[in-house]
Amino acid sequence: MRPSIAKKIAIAGLGWGIAIIMFFPIFWMFITGFKTEVDAVSTPPHLFFHPTLQSYVEVQQRANYWLFALNSVIISVGGTVLALLLAIPAAYVMAFFPTHRTRGTLLWMLSTKMLPPVGVLIPIYLILRAVGLLDTRTGLVLIYMLMNLPIVVWMLFTFFKEVPREILEAGRMDGAGRMGELRHVLMPLSLPGIASTGLLSLILCWNEAFWSLNLTSSKAAPLTAFIASFSSPEGLFFAKLSAASTLAVAPILIFGWLSQRQLVRGLTFGAVK
Amino acid sequence: MATVALRDLRKSYANHEAIKGVTLDVEDREFVVFVGPSGCGKSTLLRMIAGLEEISSGDLMIDGKRVNDVGPAQRELAMVFQSYALYPHMTVADNMGFALKLAGVKSEERNAKVAEAARILQLEPYLARKPGQLSGGQRQRVAIGRSIVRNPKVFLFDEPLSNLDAALRGQMRIELARLHEQLNATMIYVTHDQVEAMTMADKIVVLQAGVVEQVGSPLELYHHPANVFVAGFMGSPRMNLIPATVTGVDANGVAISGPGGISVVVPVEPGSLRAGTKVTFGIRPEHLTVDPNGTLNGRALIAERLGGLTLLHVELQDGTLLVVQTDGADATRLHEPVRLSISAPHAHVFGPDGLAAEHLLRNPLTV
Repeated sequence: MRPSIAKKIAIAGLGWGIAIIMFFPIFWMFITGFKTEVDAVSTPPHLFFHPTLQSYVEVQQRANYWLFALNSVIISVGGTVLALLLAIPAAYVMAFFPTHRTRGTLLWMLSTKMLPPVGVLIPIYLILRAVGLLDTRTGLVLIYMLMNLPIVVWMLFTFFKEVPREILEAGRMDGAGRMGELRHVLMPLSLPGIASTGLLSLILCWNEAFWSLNLTSSKAAPLTAFIASFSSPEGLFFAKLSAASTLAVAPILIFGWLSQRQLVRGLTFGAVK
Repeated sequence: MATVALRDLRKSYANHEAIKGVTLDVEDREFVVFVGPSGCGKSTLLRMIAGLEEISSGDLMIDGKRVNDVGPAQRELAMVFQSYALYPHMTVADNMGFALKLAGVKSEERNAKVAEAARILQLEPYLARKPGQLSGGQRQRVAIGRSIVRNPKVFLFDEPLSNLDAALRGQMRIELARLHEQLNATMIYVTHDQVEAMTMADKIVVLQAGVVEQVGSPLELYHHPANVFVAGFMGSPRMNLIPATVTGVDANGVAISGPGGISVVVPVEPGSLRAGTKVTFGIRPEHLTVDPNGTLNGRALIAERLGGLTLLHVELQDGTLLVVQTDGADATRLHEPVRLSISAPHAHVFGPDGLAAEHLLRNPLTV
């Protein structure tokens, strides 16, 4: 049965409503960045105001945005690539050569995500300090890789499961060997899945704040630290904070928007079959 | 080319044994078909030969060399899978040339071999296409082409025709038989379809529950099944199998009597059969005839008219059902009395252990 017009309108309205509610803070942040500090805190808020780039200029004068942005890019890409490198072979083995422990291992990996990160903050901090990785990009790359590894393995595992076993066996008969099977058959076949997994990992790394704020100070600090640096020291300057936040989330927002088709396809993969 | 020898091959899983000691010789250039009901272990056995499944115990020899611990590619076999298992991201030409590419064969030589296989299989117009753009029959040909290109010692087929429709299946059956002749290759073919087995095989291996029930030529299995299982499995329509009792034994064979007035002397070696032994009496539908002077009385319940021939399902007086194969022009009317006669020389007797009593007369085509 086809839904009635009224039902369609209701569903569309609901969808738009939720989208607007979710998008509103970002929109508000975006326009606040172009206000003066006085306009930014005035009640009731001014809907019409003189846009100014003053906040952006001041933000850039006080902190080098590009250094933080570069750190964010390096750490996110590094953590993601490293996680994929480790997870692809792991997921391949779990999907195609399962033992009676595979399921338990997968669940155990996922269960590590349920541990509150703050519970291991002190040990991790001490370990990084001991090996000299505090406030280094390498340190954060390693932490991000570990943080995302369970999700990345799980996602890849479900994608790989969709590839018919016989195609890999055909590769084996053709003389591909384990690595060849992985490189020439499995990876090309599940490229969309690997891409969406990578995208998700990238976004999670970019948005991560807990570890980056606690384990970096200046040299390796990514954009999350950049925002944080505007939130406390001189009281709350909403316009500057908004400008800084806009700068920090803009790259990943644009990136997410460009890749949304891929992302949605990846996340719903196999759900409707 | 190559011979394959299986010596007491076994495959065990944690809690059951799938292959329970199979010993078999596949001669050079022979077309051997493994046939059996689903779950009988025929695919597992093929995969063990291919190297895709580990061998729990026993020896697998190819050309006299033990290959249990040799990897699938190094066994120099090629396999055609039920689902074709083509690489969807590669063109037809790349699919066929993949093994050669991995083996480091130069592109000129590779292209020549792919072109040759494409010619044999009439795939030339499709070389640049991806598998997704091909029909089922064409994909099947690509899968076969992929195996031909490697020039393997033995071709393995795992139910390659079961995804095709009936017409195409018939056509591919003939193409495969021709290919076997053309390539002069050793082939091992797995199917659950006894028609495929009968039409293509030099040698059929009937498997059930991981055990070889009988090995022989198609006609040998058809005319001289070794046991009740093979008798019932090979042949369509199925052989009539009826519980009966031995009434006497002499030089002419074994006299038996069964329900519905069945009473016949079957020319078989009595062996351990004695008067009173409970046996199974077997008679193929084509060895029963509608005959006004016949000894069996019954009535036809159903007539399956296939055109060229008719299958009558006849109920004897005591309710025993028999399938009778008659002429397409047979005029028997349903629900009216009909008389049948049995061609005793073609009947079978299976002892209490299910094993067939040896026939005194061998079918001339099976000696």
